[in-house]
Amino acid sequence: MTVQRPAPAKPKRPFFIRRGPMENIATGLIGLGFLMLFQPFLLIFYTWSLVTLLAGTIMFIIVSKFPE
Amino acid sequence: MTDTSSTSLGEAVARAAPAPIASRIRGLSDRSMAWLFITPAIALLLAVNIFPLIWAIYLSFTNFRANRPNAALENVGLSNYSRVLNDPNTWQAMQTTAHFVFWTILLQTLIGFSLAYLIDRKFRGHAFWTTIILVPMMLSPAVVGNFWRFLYQPQIGLFNHIVSFLTGIPPSSFEMLGSVRLSPWAIIIVDTWMWTPYVMLICLAGLRSIPDYIYEAAEVDRASLWRQFWSITLPMALPFIMLAILFRGIENFKMFDMVTLLTGGGPGSTTEVASITLKREAFESWRTGRASAFAIILFVAVFGLANIYVKALNKVKQR
Repeated sequence: MTVQRPAPAKPKRPFFIRRGPMENIATGLIGLGFLMLFQPFLLIFYTWSLVTLLAGTIMFIIVSKFPE
Repeated sequence: MTDTSSTSLGEAVARAAPAPIASRIRGLSDRSMAWLFITPAIALLLAVNIFPLIWAIYLSFTNFRANRPNAALENVGLSNYSRVLNDPNTWQAMQTTAHFVFWTILLQTLIGFSLAYLIDRKFRGHAFWTTIILVPMMLSPAVVGNFWRFLYQPQIGLFNHIVSFLTGIPPSSFEMLGSVRLSPWAIIIVDTWMWTPYVMLICLAGLRSIPDYIYEAAEVDRASLWRQFWSITLPMALPFIMLAILFRGIENFKMFDMVTLLTGGGPGSTTEVASITLKREAFESWRTGRASAFAIILFVAVFGLANIYVKALNKVKQR
């Protein structure tokens, strides 16, 4: 009788090069930037909306090229 | 197989062409033929879309004024962006745009899907009614804008008289285009009237793509019509609805013609959407650099949102 050993688990990629979570963060940034751009409450949010949007969009473009 | 077909295609083209061209085409590979066909389209795309975009990005960092094309260009860094993003008037225009986009999309989706659901029942004369419903979408925005201005006339306009008939309010007691409170809604009504058929058409395609056997299986399982709607119709038509929202969302962010024709941004700046502010900045104040910066901000916003949206759409499709 042979004992089957479980296949060694693949080492997990570091968090910041995993597509799923990074894509979610980028999506969150884009959504936040979008809300900041169109909200009627504080001008300071409007001022910083482009930076947030741009960061999210560039991040999304980069991380969507990562393997699954 | 592919090689054979490409050879025969190459030979057919070669036979029809004069001798020197023929000898050149005969030796083309599949890949070269593909490049030959798509190169004009790519060149046109680069010239018409990509070049103006890159040029606008460049201008957004300069003090360029289109009414002084020969003046020396100065690099102003991020100053144009900073001014646009600290300007309360531009901020107000963004809020007005958000208001229009939200309500037009909500109304168009609800009414468009409901109409598609009804038309999909295939009642007697449904083809005729589909054509009638599609008419507003086929009209030019200039025509629509002009005749809605007549419809909104307080004295002779049909709209005011219908509202008066339904509610009892005197027709000349309210002015759709002249009132600060009503003018945004006047534009929302016209845009919804014009573009709901478009949403309906896409939703109808989604509803027609659902196979009948799924409903038959649901009926065998004694699922109610309500249950069939929530568990079959809506989830299967959702990618189409999302696509319609994406298309209309992008279009409505750029809404210009209808607003210009109906109110011109007024009364005051109540209906001044982002594209009107952009046009005023570029062609009335002649601050082309700042207008370019504003255009790039709008582009980044729509591009970013479209990215998330496409991701959500893919998730829905995979379900």
